[in-house]
Amino acid sequence: METPPLWAVLVLHALKGLVILVALLTAFAYMTWLERRLVSRFQVRIGPNRVGPFGLLQPAADGIKLFFKEDFMPAGADRVLYLLAPAISMITAFVAFSVVPFGPPDIKLFGVPLFQMANPNAGILFILAVSSIGVYGIILGGWASNSKYPLLGALRSSAQLISYELGVGLAIVSVILWAGTLELPKIVEQQTGTWFGFFPRWNIFILPVGPVAFLLLLLGATAEINRAPFDLPEAEHELTAGYQTEYGGMRFAAFYAAEYVNMITASALSVALFLGGWDGPFVEQVPLLGVLWFLVKVFAFVFFFIWVRATLPRVRYDQLMDLGWKLLLPLALLNLAVTSVMVLLWRELGGG
Amino acid sequence: MTIELVIFWVLAIVAVGTSLAMIAGKRPVHCAVIFLGTLGSLAGLFLLLIAQFVAILQVIIYAGAILVLFLFVIMLLHAHSGEGPGEKIRFQRPLALALSLALLVGMSLVFWQSGFGEAPPAPPEGMGTAEAVGNALFERFILPFEVASVLLLAGILGAVVLSKKERG
Repeated sequence: METPPLWAVLVLHALKGLVILVALLTAFAYMTWLERRLVSRFQVRIGPNRVGPFGLLQPAADGIKLFFKEDFMPAGADRVLYLLAPAISMITAFVAFSVVPFGPPDIKLFGVPLFQMANPNAGILFILAVSSIGVYGIILGGWASNSKYPLLGALRSSAQLISYELGVGLAIVSVILWAGTLELPKIVEQQTGTWFGFFPRWNIFILPVGPVAFLLLLLGATAEINRAPFDLPEAEHELTAGYQTEYGGMRFAAFYAAEYVNMITASALSVALFLGGWDGPFVEQVPLLGVLWFLVKVFAFVFFFIWVRATLPRVRYDQLMDLGWKLLLPLALLNLAVTSVMVLLWRELGGG
Repeated sequence: MTIELVIFWVLAIVAVGTSLAMIAGKRPVHCAVIFLGTLGSLAGLFLLLIAQFVAILQVIIYAGAILVLFLFVIMLLHAHSGEGPGEKIRFQRPLALALSLALLVGMSLVFWQSGFGEAPPAPPEGMGTAEAVGNALFERFILPFEVASVLLLAGILGAVVLSKKERG
């Protein structure tokens, strides 16, 4: 096959980015609707059902309302940082998603894999790096508002993020050890196929370390994306709304979008690392089906996060820190040690 | 002029400019945020050397952890104003000047010895990948690596001791 012209590749990349951006924004809008409807169901309420059939136009109505909100800035706020913070949050949230592979990499057009935005050779680390920049949105937003609740929320969230990043990082390292690569598509590809002809070779089923690492990632991710029961940075009883208290209109929406997109990215990352990504029945025959499987798995995670929010009470701050440092971190280290031994033994015994 | 050269100059100018702005800045929080720009452009320079792993480590460790802690401390100590402390060490300015001059002389000597005229040797194949960095750390630089970890441990213990004293 002759090499495609550079402009075609560039246009294709730009289109791909645009499609992913629009898809994520739409997903964000409808996740707010889904969350409100589901939480209502869990609480035996009805939820938004007036705007459009089943309330399906509610996100659009919310968006229009937010656009027409007054554009204000609290007195004594740090102007530049106040404006910069929501932008940082939202941009990093979207950039982090760019390395997530949501379909088999061999489906290509002009030699460009269609189902992943970019594939740096340090794939997973890229997500960690970008999400660590995302913390700045929260800290700076809280500080720049010049108000005590946002500042407290920001300090809490930065402490929480730093604490739980360790557990998440170590859980991911055990997957990296197992896979021997940092590239997400390769990690997913290693999970395709079956053991004994019927059991999927997903990383979560690598006993005994797979389930532990998965649980660590799940808990850590819940804390990192500020979801209940770890949503202390915005605990409304204590902190009004945490770091976003002094924000309104579309800037508030930017923080909100970042939160939901981070939730999607965390779900997608868990799926890619532990649940075989796009792997599923009949993917070998019809590769396009992989995208569907991937979306189904991610949706299951999103549903899970909403379910947990409706079910569990918020933990106390000291409980959160205790859990992170005294339980998750030692467990992650132990898990990593066991994984290393297993990988070494596996090689000794001549495994791949 | 190639694209790479253009990118290099942009990143280099941003790196130097943000460093200067960071030193000259009045409010510590602004300085920390500007420093983020320096770290970002340094990561970009690493990317130009095709050292993706090093670039990403630069972001994760410096921007993601160390600078966040800086911000944390600044906000906890000077939450309201974001202004720096008033007190200064004696002879701070002349001392700073002397030390930075010494650094400048040392750096210039190194550059002088390597020669300005010749093109630098091409980076070896696979430089800056996770594998290369890991091998370098655990084989060639194992002693400095371990010493650094002991130093960090001492820091942690020191923090524990200090915070215990305050409480009792």
